[in-house]
Amino acid sequence: MTQVQPAHFTSAGGIGTRLSDILWRHPRLLIALLLLPPALWLGVIYLGSLFALLAQSFFSIDHFTGLVKYEFTLSTYAQLIRPSNFDIILRTVVMAFCVSLTSAVISFPIAYFAARYARGAWRAVFYLGIMMPLWSSYLVKIYAWKLILAKEGILTWALQKLHLEWVLDAFLALPVIGGNSLSVSTAGTFIVFVYVWLPFMILPIQAALERVPPSMLEASGDLGATPAQTFRHVLLPLALPGVVAGSIFTFSLTLGDYIIPQIIGTSRLFIGQAVYQHQGIAGNIPLAAAFAMVPIAIMGLYLWAAKRMGAFDAL
Amino acid sequence: MSAVTFNDVSRHFGAIKAVDAVSLDIAEGEFFAMLGPSGSGKTTCLRLIAGFERPTAGDIRIFAQPVQDLPPYKRNVNTVFQDYALFPHLNVRDNVAYALMIAGQGRRERYRAAQEALEMVQLAGYDLRKPSELSGGQRQRVALARALVNKPRVLLLDEPLGALDLKLREQMQEELKSLQRQLGITFVFVTHDQGEALSMADRVAVFDHGKIIQTGTPEDIYFRPEVPFVADFVGSSNVLPAALVAQLAGESRPASIRPERLILGAEGRIRARVTGLSFLGLATRVSLDAQGTRLTALLPQDAPRPAPGDEVGVGWNADDLHLMTAGAGA
Repeated sequence: MTQVQPAHFTSAGGIGTRLSDILWRHPRLLIALLLLPPALWLGVIYLGSLFALLAQSFFSIDHFTGLVKYEFTLSTYAQLIRPSNFDIILRTVVMAFCVSLTSAVISFPIAYFAARYARGAWRAVFYLGIMMPLWSSYLVKIYAWKLILAKEGILTWALQKLHLEWVLDAFLALPVIGGNSLSVSTAGTFIVFVYVWLPFMILPIQAALERVPPSMLEASGDLGATPAQTFRHVLLPLALPGVVAGSIFTFSLTLGDYIIPQIIGTSRLFIGQAVYQHQGIAGNIPLAAAFAMVPIAIMGLYLWAAKRMGAFDAL
Repeated sequence: MSAVTFNDVSRHFGAIKAVDAVSLDIAEGEFFAMLGPSGSGKTTCLRLIAGFERPTAGDIRIFAQPVQDLPPYKRNVNTVFQDYALFPHLNVRDNVAYALMIAGQGRRERYRAAQEALEMVQLAGYDLRKPSELSGGQRQRVALARALVNKPRVLLLDEPLGALDLKLREQMQEELKSLQRQLGITFVFVTHDQGEALSMADRVAVFDHGKIIQTGTPEDIYFRPEVPFVADFVGSSNVLPAALVAQLAGESRPASIRPERLILGAEGRIRARVTGLSFLGLATRVSLDAQGTRLTALLPQDAPRPAPGDEVGVGWNADDLHLMTAGAGA
């Protein structure tokens, strides 16, 4: 029998082709090569440094020498529960909660419109409108808001022209959220937080709503549900993964931010500012680490509760 | 009593006349099919009955009550959607009981009703599954149970069998038909499949370009089409143009003749050339060209078969040639 070389198999090829052949024969090798760099980055550099910081929270600082004592202790965590520190945690969590809730309420109609009705050019306008604020510098936006909210700012000016200044004055006279002007009040901090994080809420809700076929809402109405009932029993449960995803952003970003409350708001601290001050100014790294642990723990609890509530069932 | 009445109903989307001055009358307890190609307005008509669309003009009545100002949730009609539209976050039982939950019925009561509805569509025991864990045919049954649990007076079905494979589709056709007989509810059924419409419906309305072209019993539609479109669309009947009919029968009107009624032989009324043969199992389909008019003949399997390119005579019994009332032939 003679050996016949079938003409339709090409055996030629450079080093690139041979490499492709090897990867084709060993698909796992390809996956390993693709995953190795991000795995190293995430695993060693990112998570590693995070754990190195968090480990510090189990040490304490010697208040005479100002040096870190490398002995396991929970005393740093005990400091967190002191009223002055616990106030900071409580204030930040309440703020993050209010910001997330308000963002969700404002985002839902916008996202619904974008998902159901915006087509063609309108869709482009929508994405541009949502994304454009993200292109400009974070600091520029915050200082712009300072100009809007300041006592001599355009908001006060506009209300004066409308003879509605008394509304603002009455609002600023409220305890806790009020203040001398909006730019130095907790309400001002809240307004800017909501503005800055809003795109992070709109986009996931919109993505979730886009996956809800219109026939599903029609079916609900067909079966006797009023629009309010359809919202409660069909639209909201199906959009919930998006709301949860968005609120993970708004909640965690608010928990960790230290710039907005520093520029707009009162002198009362938020967690981010406390971490910044304890680490940078006071040199109390264990306490800074313990503060940094708080948002992580809260987010863990939050995700666990969201899962228990079935927020991810429709995924 | 009429279950559904349309009086000159139109639904225009800008310049597109999806439904254009349609009048129809569906009797109570009837199995009514709306048949037509896609974009012919049949689905829009169904959506007008359900209330998902509002008419641009005209008057719609359901059991004599004008409904154009009633939203879907105030109409006693239910719909089986083409994509089933089952709620993915609810299990089968809660999907079926949805209408009863909305109506405020207690848990035990509505679960019992859901149980009965599921038994009716032969899906007992699937209560706790999620829609994503069901096959296409099972989802279809859940959608049916969900639409029937509220005991609507009219059930609307929007191409409900379109996504099923042939075997299942035939089985569901029979089940739907017997379900309708058993419940006595008016069924309005939208389809683009003429076989489905003919085999299930008591009456068929054929749609084209937003208008009803012909309404009648399946036999009427099949054997006595009034216009060439119906003859061609319903079971691909042969359409003889008016000029040819004028030579043969002395009347200048288009005519139709069923493929299975054409007789091929040496003699015949007209001459034609065989352009193709296809084997269909029960019969062989012969494509013919009679001086520019395309004809199709169905030959029983035991009949002698011509070969492509042969010249044959095409004949028929005079009774089988059906003269149409309107529309100029090609």
